[in-house]
Amino acid sequence: MGLLSSSVSITRYNVQGDLEKPVIETVAAALKKNSISEIDDHTSEITTGWTSFDNPYQPNFEGASFVFGTYLVFSLRIDKKSIPAKTIQKYYNIEMAQKLKESGREFLSKNEKKMIKDHVINLLSLRIPATPNIYDVLWNYEEASLWFFSNLKAANEEFESLFSKSMKLSLIRLFPYTSAQLTAGLSDSELDILAKLTPAKFTE
Amino acid sequence: MLDVAVAYNRFKFLGDEFLTWLWFVIDNDPEYLKKLSPEYADLEIGNRMVLENRKQQAVESITIKGDDANLAEGILALRKGAFVTELNLCLKLKDQEWRFTIKGESLNLSGFKTPSTGPVETAEDVAGAVIEKAYLYDQVIQLIDTLFKNFIKIRTSYHWQDQVVSMIKNWIHR
Repeated sequence: MGLLSSSVSITRYNVQGDLEKPVIETVAAALKKNSISEIDDHTSEITTGWTSFDNPYQPNFEGASFVFGTYLVFSLRIDKKSIPAKTIQKYYNIEMAQKLKESGREFLSKNEKKMIKDHVINLLSLRIPATPNIYDVLWNYEEASLWFFSNLKAANEEFESLFSKSMKLSLIRLFPYTSAQLTAGLSDSELDILAKLTPAKFTE
Repeated sequence: MLDVAVAYNRFKFLGDEFLTWLWFVIDNDPEYLKKLSPEYADLEIGNRMVLENRKQQAVESITIKGDDANLAEGILALRKGAFVTELNLCLKLKDQEWRFTIKGESLNLSGFKTPSTGPVETAEDVAGAVIEKAYLYDQVIQLIDTLFKNFIKIRTSYHWQDQVVSMIKNWIHR
């Protein structure tokens, strides 16, 4: 569900801290340094990184290509290989039978079984392409406001972690308490009352 | 400030109270919305509402769906101690329409549909489309911020306990 989709989900963040100037160059360097790397010919099962909003399969952050008006727009890409458990089981059984035949033994140790399973997963990972999932990010740097186009818990957690690592800025998710604290313009006395609030009762 | 995870759980009731208050305001006091901005007068309850009653040991959840759904079931749930936990809203401005669902505990938006924008046919159209979409999303984000800010100002004032709670009780139990 990308930014331009007909129906989207948005999780809102407040970004705290300032980037080194010039900001566009700093963001470009951070995105480039942590851009997505392909894992189709590797044994890795999952990878996460930044990619271009308008060209997610060929990330390019040159020439402020991620600047749209006052917004910085880019995407988080999570590539994951999903190997069906039954496929792993099939090749695990084949490998185990072969090992038993070669060694002339009737049983394998726990450690040997684990090594066979890891070997099978590695082999299958090389043969199965990763499935990409793309989540758009729209950042208004001047307003310290950022919209992440997904409500999925795992995607939000990956995003928060990669953003903090890449930009060295802290992200605060805007939910009722943080919205009240950061964006509602409450006075000190109102903030004190907020901290002590307990649930209301509308029943008689 | 409290640890974020602790604050999320400790104060998630605020979001549910916000949505319940918002339903009350839309149903009873559209003038209040008009005072915040003349454009907000046309804010309507949409086609989905979820209420939860967490007062009992097991959480009771009621979902009301449908374009012309009868919300009496929702009022009945409020009477028993439930709060609105998810609310679909519809904002109409002139001939344009926005639809979106807010979740109380997170204030996350989902099923967010804006008025239609021009087609993206060339790479040059993308920048314009992004800026236009961002503007359209921002209309609703600003609406929510304004409403939440007003709610939280009332919620942290004496006015809440002295007047608002009684008015909401009267609405639920009339």
